[in-house]
Amino acid sequence: MVELLRLRKDETHSEAAVTVEAFLGRTNAGAVRIEPGEDGRELIPHLDRIRLVEVNFPVFGDGRGYSAARILREAGFTGEIRAVGDVLVDQIAYMRRCGFDAFAPDTPLNADDAKNALERWGEVYQPTTDGRRPIWAQRHE
Amino acid sequence: MYQYDKFDQQMVDTRVAEFRDQVERRLAGKLTEDQFKPLRLMNGLYLQLHAYMLRVAIPYGTLSGAQMHVLADIADKYDRGYGHFTTRQNIQYNWIKLAEAPDLLEDLAKAEMHAIQTSGNCIRNISSDHFAGAAADEVADPRPYAELLRQWSSFHPEFSYLPRKFKFAVIASEEDRAAMRLHDIGIRIVKNDAGELGAAFYVGGGMGRTPMIAPLVRDFVPLDQLVTYAEACLRVYNRYGRRDNKYKARIKILVHELGKEEYTRQVEEEFALLLEQNIEPPIAELERIKMFFGDPAYDQDASSEIDRSDPDFALWVDTNTKAHKQPGYVSAVISLKPVGGIPGDATTAQMHLMGDLAARYSFDEARVTHTQNIVLPHVKISDLHALWTELDAAGLGTANLDQIGDIIACPGLDYCSLANARSIPIAQQISERFAKNGKGDTLGELKLKISGCINACGHHHAGHIGILGVDRKGVENYQLSLGGSEAEDTSLAKITGPGFDEAGIVDAVETAADVYLAAREGEERFIDTYRRIGMAPFKEALYG
Ligand code: HEM
Ligand code: SF4
Repeated sequence: MVELLRLRKDETHSEAAVTVEAFLGRTNAGAVRIEPGEDGRELIPHLDRIRLVEVNFPVFGDGRGYSAARILREAGFTGEIRAVGDVLVDQIAYMRRCGFDAFAPDTPLNADDAKNALERWGEVYQPTTDGRRPIWAQRHE
Repeated sequence: MYQYDKFDQQMVDTRVAEFRDQVERRLAGKLTEDQFKPLRLMNGLYLQLHAYMLRVAIPYGTLSGAQMHVLADIADKYDRGYGHFTTRQNIQYNWIKLAEAPDLLEDLAKAEMHAIQTSGNCIRNISSDHFAGAAADEVADPRPYAELLRQWSSFHPEFSYLPRKFKFAVIASEEDRAAMRLHDIGIRIVKNDAGELGAAFYVGGGMGRTPMIAPLVRDFVPLDQLVTYAEACLRVYNRYGRRDNKYKARIKILVHELGKEEYTRQVEEEFALLLEQNIEPPIAELERIKMFFGDPAYDQDASSEIDRSDPDFALWVDTNTKAHKQPGYVSAVISLKPVGGIPGDATTAQMHLMGDLAARYSFDEARVTHTQNIVLPHVKISDLHALWTELDAAGLGTANLDQIGDIIACPGLDYCSLANARSIPIAQQISERFAKNGKGDTLGELKLKISGCINACGHHHAGHIGILGVDRKGVENYQLSLGGSEAEDTSLAKITGPGFDEAGIVDAVETAADVYLAAREGEERFIDTYRRIGMAPFKEALYG
């Protein structure tokens, strides 16, 4: 079982994440946590000093965090985006496409299931910031 | 028709493998029902009153004769010898076993079909005009755009856990045969003054307990920005759609609460940002898809002459065929509404026959309509008699298109776990009543729609006459409403007054029909008369 699945090579950032409100009110925090109702765009002016963004999923069916992550990547964020909370193995492939590169679910992941899930989809229909070439691009090489 | 290439096939095959794995984990107890539910829903599998129900996607309602045969085989192999065509242009099977579902999906995948995203809070199967490619009034065939959106929305990583289900419809003519403005996003392909094609976006329509007609949000999105604009519409919804109350979670509520202007402003802002991300497929991809939707090899000398000496045949031709853009051809509608039958049901044998007839008479193509009928889109007029003869022998020759016998009904309490009341028996009784009293023909176009609860799967809000099943102190009760339309003159029906019991609702429908017959002027349809004279005379006759 894996408590923290990280798809990044850099060192794990161990600073505890603060809330968006606390982050915006301070100058030195390097880790921040986005809750479902919060607007990740507010972080954009400060991306260069953020090392870790945690996106919380209190219930797995609340998909706002997918947009939050993708928006940060589209804005050029290169630090870690970690999905926390009710994160299930059947969601992590889509999360990765939206820019998540770390997963720390409440219930630890089974390593084999996670590996299967991440490797299953050889092709994708949509481009995202993950750099994979969508099917339509390959059709018109 | 669109054909999969190796990529499309691989995507569908992968999904089958993934679902097989998920079912195995569920059966092994590694997934709870709560965790499994959204996964099975994204593969069209519902748990119903008696068994699992599986919903198979028929993208934009188009399928080949060969695919129709596969649907028939599935009905035999996994169900009880029939299937149910639905208002979503899909087919549902009612008696599926969980352990067999992966095999069923594998059989579908071999025929380039799937059940992906036919339920769940994701982008659902995209519906379209059932006369697409055949209608004389379209500016373009809408299906290539629907196919482009199908691929974009399939396995969309950001929009698979939306606040609620999400339905698109794409049409390309003034006449609306797809209830376009009652969808979460309705797209009409239009031509601008410069003669270029683009897409008008209507956002925030829907039925359910709070029916709303989608307002126009953008009158012209250039074709090379179609996907990007859709992405912007969805992102605003995913971020700000309500998640605190599932009855308020549809995009119609967001658009309504923000107001169309504010929603549009947010979409345009997001759109500007997304344009920089270059997520739009190139026009070459749209062109590639369009190649699959070219005209079939029509007989250019096909004759338009027709022998009308058989009155039953002549009646069917008048009622169930539609003008075609190609001289010498028509689109023929196969009614799945025999007198007293279950609307939308077809047996294995009937599906095989329709598959054969599509191959023989319609360039191997068939369509499912949102009114739960089947269309053979390109039939030579000179073949009509032979076609009708075979249909009639199989109980598929009922001449009642758009008439009171052509009822839309949801599964209701006979199958559905959410139902308050039965829909199917009401449809059967009304159909029998009007067959017996012979008023069906005289009434002409009269669209009757029945839902077994407020979710409105049977489109009752959009019926010229709508019936809604409610639960009154444990007894099934039926509310009558009048004046809805899902066509280009979209309107929502109004409730007449107190509800009726089972026998009473059938009488009430006849009473309403009689008010119309007595009051109609000239060529007026029921809906026209209702709009002219208003609710009062109907109320008077029903309750006075
Ligand atoms: C038998 C199982 C079914 C269940 C559990 C079910 C469930 C629902 C629910 C809960 C809604 C309301 C959604 C909302 O307001 O947010 C709904 C709407 C709808 N369903 Fe079903 N449904 C079923 C079968 C069908 C069938 C057989 C059809 C097609 C004949 C269908 C077509 C629709 C349509 C057209 C709507 C209205 C869409 C809208 O609100 O915009 N459903 N369904
Ligand atoms: S309208 Fe209600 S009863 Fe009918 S199918 Fe939908 S949910 Fe079931």
